[in-house]
Amino acid sequence: MLELLDKRLIFVTGKGGTGKSTVAIALGLLAARRGLRTIVAEVAEQDRVARAFGHADSHFREVELASNLFTISIDPQHAIEEYLSLQVRVKPLADLVSGNRMFQYFAAATPGLSELVTIGKVWELAQLQRRTRGAARYDLVIVDAAATGHGVATLRAPKTFSDIARVGPIARQGRFIHAMITDPSATAVVAVALAEEMPVTETLALGRTLRKQLGLELDRVIVNAVYDERFAPREAGELDRALESAGTPLARAALRAALSEHLRSRAQRAQLSRLRRATGRAPVLLPFLFDAELRQDAYERLAQRLQDAL
Amino acid sequence: VNVADVLADKRVCICGGSGGVGKTTTAAAIAMGEAAAGKKVAVVTIDPARRLANSLGLQELGNEPQLIDPELFAAADVDMRGELWAMMLDPKRTFDEVIERLAPDARTREEVLGNRIYQQLSGAVAGSQEYTAMAKLYELDQDGEFDLLVLDTPPSRNALNFLDAPDRLTHFFEGRALQVFLRPTGVAGRVMGRGTGMVFSVLKRVTGVDLLEDLSVFFRSISGLLDGFKERATAVSKLLGDTKTVFLLVTSPEREPVDEAIFFWRRLKAARMPFGGVIVNRVHHDLLGDLDVEDVTVELAPELGADLAARVAENFRDYHVLARRDRANIERLTAKLEQPGVLMIPHLDEDVHDLEGLARMCRFLFASETERRALLDEVVA
Repeated sequence: MLELLDKRLIFVTGKGGTGKSTVAIALGLLAARRGLRTIVAEVAEQDRVARAFGHADSHFREVELASNLFTISIDPQHAIEEYLSLQVRVKPLADLVSGNRMFQYFAAATPGLSELVTIGKVWELAQLQRRTRGAARYDLVIVDAAATGHGVATLRAPKTFSDIARVGPIARQGRFIHAMITDPSATAVVAVALAEEMPVTETLALGRTLRKQLGLELDRVIVNAVYDERFAPREAGELDRALESAGTPLARAALRAALSEHLRSRAQRAQLSRLRRATGRAPVLLPFLFDAELRQDAYERLAQRLQDAL
Repeated sequence: VNVADVLADKRVCICGGSGGVGKTTTAAAIAMGEAAAGKKVAVVTIDPARRLANSLGLQELGNEPQLIDPELFAAADVDMRGELWAMMLDPKRTFDEVIERLAPDARTREEVLGNRIYQQLSGAVAGSQEYTAMAKLYELDQDGEFDLLVLDTPPSRNALNFLDAPDRLTHFFEGRALQVFLRPTGVAGRVMGRGTGMVFSVLKRVTGVDLLEDLSVFFRSISGLLDGFKERATAVSKLLGDTKTVFLLVTSPEREPVDEAIFFWRRLKAARMPFGGVIVNRVHHDLLGDLDVEDVTVELAPELGADLAARVAENFRDYHVLARRDRANIERLTAKLEQPGVLMIPHLDEDVHDLEGLARMCRFLFASETERRALLDEVVA
């Protein structure tokens, strides 16, 4: 798996609620620990990554979270302004444009422009020669991307725009960005799933959509929150019998919890085999963490698991 | 909180919440419960919950509600007195239909539908799913075919976007003003503010002329639809705020979804949208209380052996961590929402993906307090 960390850009996407941010952070920690200057870029304006490390705000700022590990939360408004200032190069003129009402209409009204500038900023972060003045280069950019459908639309935006624009700066840059996204030596797409019916279905659909619309393959599927198999089927039978004769409510509750765990774990295994059969490859598994809240040590444990699995 | 009471005099029920919290199944279970009680109900979903859909006999994305075969309910031991209809929304097709309906003539229609920028918009751009969901809801409400419409909102990570959807689209079509922009020397150009001419020339440099021209064509062809869109957006806003509409928030008891539920509630309040209550799915109930988990080992060791008994105890301890977490998050939720109670559904052993599962969920949603306690005992203790 470590070849995954040899890329310059990793998109982490998947169904809502599967733990994309968690996986992006754990991947980021792993990369940073291995000496790569890494940034986890968020696109949902929730500052989740920063908050996981006790920082309140990473609003369009590159914030250092730990040694070698940075984060930024990208929003379209700032991305557009930055893009303009990079293009125009004369600050008062750029300010005049972005403050102009016509321009604001243009920005709000153009379908897909938010997606385009967001991915444009991601691309800029991944450049060896950063365009932002004074910005240092990163070895690896990990994108905590939008959920499946919107995630794919974001990946497709540069191509759509370069096709429409044909010539000029947007067409040119759209082509650059598209070329990088579709270059498997530079970019990886990782899907995060849960071992449940709908997330597995959506992951398989994501794989098909990526192939059809962008000619991309999913590099890895990471299945989050997998239960250990704590009880063998034979033991489950014993638990069942014990439940029938259990004397106290406490014992009954504990046995119920054990049988639940067994059932859920079994249902998860079934979904994991379904995923494996359909993708022809074993997914990377991350354990369900019985933590009340994920703190830095939890991410460290997940990073360790990723290292072992990759 | 009892769903039947909340929905007693409602025509529209919108389920909101972040992704992965069981929103689609909750919406389906609510619709099924209301239909079982005798109403004609349609549930509108965007999530491709294939297996659930298939178990309801829905094979394809269709843009019209389909009646769920009553036989299926009989087979699942559900006493269905009304009708349950369901549809999985195809956002692209819904958007096309809106254009078809609003276009003043065939030429405009073809011009818009064939425009590449329109195609990008109607695909998967942020906001378009939300808009189409609202558009469909509005149409179904206008048709008046149903006693109750239940909408499962789009699975966007920032589930709040759809509240803005009507306004956002209006704002979007302010882009008509862009035509002025493309002829910056006219009177209108001067009205738009200082520097518009210069802005235009910068933009031309930045984007390329072709893109601007395509946009110009797009805005010109769609401008004929603008008034219809505005009218509709206003009507949708009105529908969302109507006394016959209610929003239910669906969440799991984990931190992030609870944060989003709180955020969502604030937005509802700020937008003066009618809020009906919160449904918390997958709750781990505290079964340990003041007891000591070590007693589990002691009590079960004679029958199960020390090793297995110890593992049962360890699993129970882990379970209890989740129960405590869930309780803390739910307390935070109720405190923030100034709500005395939320409707809790326990973490069931199996995912809900068939009619039996929906029926099980229904029982929790529509139970009285006493019934719910009995159900809970059945499931967890």
